[in-house]
Amino acid sequence: MRNTAAILKRELVSYFITPVAYVFIVIFLLLTGFLTFAKDTGALYERGQADLAPFFRWHPWLYLFLIPAISMRLWAEERRGGTIELLMTLPLRMRDAVLGKFLAAWAFVGIGLVLTFPVWITVNYLGDPDNGVILAGYLGSFLMAGAYLAVGSAMSAFTRNQVIAFVLSVSTLLVFLLAGYGSVLEFFSGWAPLWLTDAVASFGFLTHFEAIMRGVIDLRDLVFFLAMMAFWLFVTALAVDWRKAR
Amino acid sequence: MIELQNLVKRFGNLTAVDGVSFTVQRGEVLGFLGPNGAGKSTTMKMVTGFLAPTSGRVSVCGHDLAVEPIPAKRRIGYLPEGAPLYGDMTPRAFLRFMAEIRAIPREQRAARIGEVVAKTHLDEVLEQPIETLSKGFKRRVGLAQAIVHDPEVLVLDEPTDGLDPNQKHEVRQLIRAMAPHKAIVLSTHILEEVEAVCTRAMIIARGRVVFDGTPEELLAKSRRHNAVCVTLRAAVAAQARVELARLPGVAEVVDLAPGDGTARLLVLPARGHSILLEVGQQARSRNWEVLGLEQERGRLDEVFRELTRGSERGLRAEVAA
Repeated sequence: MRNTAAILKRELVSYFITPVAYVFIVIFLLLTGFLTFAKDTGALYERGQADLAPFFRWHPWLYLFLIPAISMRLWAEERRGGTIELLMTLPLRMRDAVLGKFLAAWAFVGIGLVLTFPVWITVNYLGDPDNGVILAGYLGSFLMAGAYLAVGSAMSAFTRNQVIAFVLSVSTLLVFLLAGYGSVLEFFSGWAPLWLTDAVASFGFLTHFEAIMRGVIDLRDLVFFLAMMAFWLFVTALAVDWRKAR
Repeated sequence: MIELQNLVKRFGNLTAVDGVSFTVQRGEVLGFLGPNGAGKSTTMKMVTGFLAPTSGRVSVCGHDLAVEPIPAKRRIGYLPEGAPLYGDMTPRAFLRFMAEIRAIPREQRAARIGEVVAKTHLDEVLEQPIETLSKGFKRRVGLAQAIVHDPEVLVLDEPTDGLDPNQKHEVRQLIRAMAPHKAIVLSTHILEEVEAVCTRAMIIARGRVVFDGTPEELLAKSRRHNAVCVTLRAAVAAQARVELARLPGVAEVVDLAPGDGTARLLVLPARGHSILLEVGQQARSRNWEVLGLEQERGRLDEVFRELTRGSERGLRAEVAA
């Protein structure tokens, strides 16, 4: 626990030592702002509805590229710089290191998410939205970001090259994203048995995120994201141990 | 304090470490020598728990690394090869992080860090990002993190690599000062370093231990150990060469590169003989004009080559050089 905290702190501080973190947050805020308010993408004003659906619906797609950009360095950089040897000879469990790094990245995304609060203020100023639904949206987005990060963390552990980690992460995430996408499911339902279509849909990020976004917090959706994180962090630990000396 | 039993490490078909066993006690400084790729670093990586051995076991202060890795690792300070560090951190932040993970109580951390900073002379660069530091400072930051928790066992992979002669001297002094209270294993390419800091030398080649003894014993294995180098007038060189070779205890006389009008003869003793006296007496009785007479201690690089390559030709080339 103390070790996890020490690693979390070191990692999180290191995000803010370089300007990259600030640039990243600015890009995230600009993109979410643009996609939410622009006429042909979100049209928050023109819709005339006091909710944040136009804001949240872009998150899965933004995360597809932004999250791998954060997670790619998690382990690849340790391996490239040789510091993994330092880290793995310290008196800590693999669990502490994997979790500490992941939580730091998750906290960083959380900071970015919190900084989108002007959008929330805007809808509250313009109308009378259901803030419970908005809170659920934020929760869903945060959980989804965690699942994305866990996938990215595992991909980063497989290679010492950050670019390869990025490409692997985007590809893997795309599979999970498209698995819940309407037209992909229609393609399956045309010929595959129902159970297969359902199985594919249940692995899709969109299926679970859209459910939470609507304000329906179903235990199954929460469990899905938490299980995704646990599974991919477990894969991370295995990959770090397997690849550390190469 | 460190115990290795029949340690083997294979990477696919390659056997990097092939049955290495040794123990290191408190107060010992074990110098690990060997050509690149001989298995030095791999052995150190297994001692520190970074790599798991294919077979065999390592125990540190009585804790088997495979069974109780955390208590074992707690007692080790490690400077990995090339001294990898988190470049974006300052030495102060980095040492704080290490002190925290090393479970030094919060109220003692500042004092401990101050102590190692003084020992490694880091005070002037404490607030600069590590990646902007010179190689010498980086190496010292690496050393500082290895000793911040005052470990009982210290494993240093090439601690003086890339340092200038003054810095090398300082690091060696630091190691010597810590030696009585710790068990230290260090690897090096610099043979003089073994003489300077180690109480024990070990040569490893192709994954096996080929020598284990004191630096003096290592020197004694040199063909040049107690050899005598005589400088004479060139005119008598041929005669002297023949006569010196006949002396008791002399194994061979080698003609070294001559200067103008002089000749240098290297008189090699048979193993275990001292021949300085005999050579001197012979020169006096023949009335040779001796311009120089010195006894050699032996050459580590020669022994090193002999042990790691095992080729007689290499040795001859070395003696003639």
